[in-house]
Amino acid sequence: MVFRRLGAAAAAAATLVFASPAFAVTEIQWWHAMTGANNDVIVKLANDFNASQSDYKVIPTYKGGYADTMNAGIAAFRAGNAPHIMQVFEVGTATMMAATGAVKPVYKLMADAGEKFDPSVYLPAITGYYSTSKGEMLSFPFNSSSTVMWVNLDALKKANIAEIPKTWPQVFEDAKKLKAAGYTTCGFSGSWVTWVNLEQLSAWHNVPLASKANGFDGFDTVLEFNGPLQVKHLENLVELQKDKTYDYAGRTNTGEGRFTAGECPIYLTSSAFFGNVKAQAKFNFTAAPMPYYPDAKGAPQNSIIGGASLWVMGGKSAEEYKGVAKFLTFLSDTDRQIWIHKASGYLPITKAAYAKAKEEGFYKDQPYLETPLLELTNKEPTENSRGLRLGNMVQLRDMWSEEIEQALAGKKTAKQALDSAVERGNQMLRQFEKTAVH
Amino acid sequence: MQKQAIFQSKLLPYALVAPQLAIVLIFFYWPAAQAVIQSFLLQDAFGLSTAFVWFENYLELFKDPAYFAAIVRTFAFSFAIAVSSLSFALLLAVMADKPLRGSTLYRTLLIWPYAVAPPVVGVLWVFMLHPSLGVLSRYLRAMGVDWNPLLDGDQAAALIILAAAWKQISYNFLFFLAGLQSIPKSVIEAAAIDGARPMRRFWTVIFPLLSPTIFFLLVINIVYAFFDTFGIIDTMTRGGPGKATETLVYKVYTDGLLGGNLGSSAAQSVILMVIVVVLTGIQFRFVERKVTY
Repeated sequence: MVFRRLGAAAAAAATLVFASPAFAVTEIQWWHAMTGANNDVIVKLANDFNASQSDYKVIPTYKGGYADTMNAGIAAFRAGNAPHIMQVFEVGTATMMAATGAVKPVYKLMADAGEKFDPSVYLPAITGYYSTSKGEMLSFPFNSSSTVMWVNLDALKKANIAEIPKTWPQVFEDAKKLKAAGYTTCGFSGSWVTWVNLEQLSAWHNVPLASKANGFDGFDTVLEFNGPLQVKHLENLVELQKDKTYDYAGRTNTGEGRFTAGECPIYLTSSAFFGNVKAQAKFNFTAAPMPYYPDAKGAPQNSIIGGASLWVMGGKSAEEYKGVAKFLTFLSDTDRQIWIHKASGYLPITKAAYAKAKEEGFYKDQPYLETPLLELTNKEPTENSRGLRLGNMVQLRDMWSEEIEQALAGKKTAKQALDSAVERGNQMLRQFEKTAVH
Repeated sequence: MQKQAIFQSKLLPYALVAPQLAIVLIFFYWPAAQAVIQSFLLQDAFGLSTAFVWFENYLELFKDPAYFAAIVRTFAFSFAIAVSSLSFALLLAVMADKPLRGSTLYRTLLIWPYAVAPPVVGVLWVFMLHPSLGVLSRYLRAMGVDWNPLLDGDQAAALIILAAAWKQISYNFLFFLAGLQSIPKSVIEAAAIDGARPMRRFWTVIFPLLSPTIFFLLVINIVYAFFDTFGIIDTMTRGGPGKATETLVYKVYTDGLLGGNLGSSAAQSVILMVIVVVLTGIQFRFVERKVTY
């Protein structure tokens, strides 16, 4: 009796379970790496999308930091269980791109799903990073930022510096003045040492970081950042490190507190540092464009982006892809982009959103939020400034940082360090080329 | 009197041992075998393309001077961590072994740090001595000390050794204290009556009787320094500056998990496994002879 009742209940449950997909919503898993206020943005976007229609349901899941999220996604893929959408930081781009079959390129997704999609409405400086050299968008930009120079305006006043420095020689000179005015332990500094002083520096001065359009045109790229400009820049930093006019603050962004605490009055790092500066700095501040060397031809060019994009994973059903495509269209909406821009401090990705935010007078009160956009759109991107497409980028960066650290510590000259960084990096690129799927 | 247990059924002993064997097989031999297989492969992160490359991953490592540097560095770190934490723990244990008022409280306090996870230890030290975030480092700089472990490899290495040794002191302390308390008081009293002063009593009576504990802790500490310092390195220096604090275990992590180079990472784990087996073998073969049980 009891068994029969249980059996009936089980049968009923089974009917429910198996029958439900026929009328229930299609679930779309979205793995991301956003915390705090940015996590709220993601949750609100998913909720708004789910409320806007009844066929699909986007489920966001926090999977740890950028590297953790990517590793979790890769592990899930190997186990045949990948999410539909995965947020991957910009340095993971080549790894994702090399995995043909593991990912579904966004331009294909949109075409297959019959979703209206015009790549020209997006800001080319942003989508360029995630597109092939033919302009096919591989992943969907989500949160983009760029390098800016954060300036403590009160400190400049204290050191009698009338103008925010525009060129590197001016920065060096002002840093010396700031040091004399009491900022003895750090005239200027920055985070993400390779991003700021190799990757952005090269793009900003329109010199190559690597051959084949910085890797965009093939995995058989070789590094080329041991040229005269990069060597000269590192030599300058090494010289200034000796008396702390420049003070190295680490490979990642752990040194950013030195700016907000008022120790380093000039600090180069991501524009996404804005939230922290606003919350913690007890002085007047602004974000100015990156400095450049005035004797370099064509400088400044345009900067390249940081941040992350959304990759669509392969092997899902057409119905699921349809939902993903609809969600990407939903994200591209002008007002929604403006909202994301204001709520997170990351850049709007469409031209229309940027124009509308400008029209609304958003940048009048907060001009520093426009700085990264001005840098990105300063000139049409060239082969040297479209972005980077290098495999094993996380490891490459660590390797380059090691060499730069040795130069700053006086164990190698700037030239030796960059030569060695190039040579070791090339070895790693060859290894990546071997394992990449062709 | 039966000295040996006699099993009536022939299967029973196997059945009793089976769960233990199963656990060892599933959680040790299987992953170890996987690592060995993986070390012969060259594979992209997604596992989409796999090539069997024989010993190429190993050869690449042996060609890399940085890998040898990492081996030397790991041994130096382990030696420094083991010696400093063992000697300091022994000193504390000898002092805590004295009949003092409130000694239970001291002992409890000394054992506490062992309950802290290695990454937390790293974070604690980061808050004190990180060149940018650290509370102490700001004072050090203000006093004119050029404290910057982000650039100075020796300072960074010292920082890791300090944090790792500090973390292990409690564990060592616990065993030393137990060891000291198991030494019969009458032996020490007899030595005292014979006129041996405290230092002499320590080196000729207590220290030899403590040797099994010291030997055991030496093995444990070296294994700890090899494997468990990972969390501390990751939170404090991430292997930098240069490669000044990159140990073998940390290299396995950066190459495999961050770099997606699973083949090389697996080859490194296999080598690491061999090193620890050999090291432990040497300890039991040679050092153990000096131990009096």
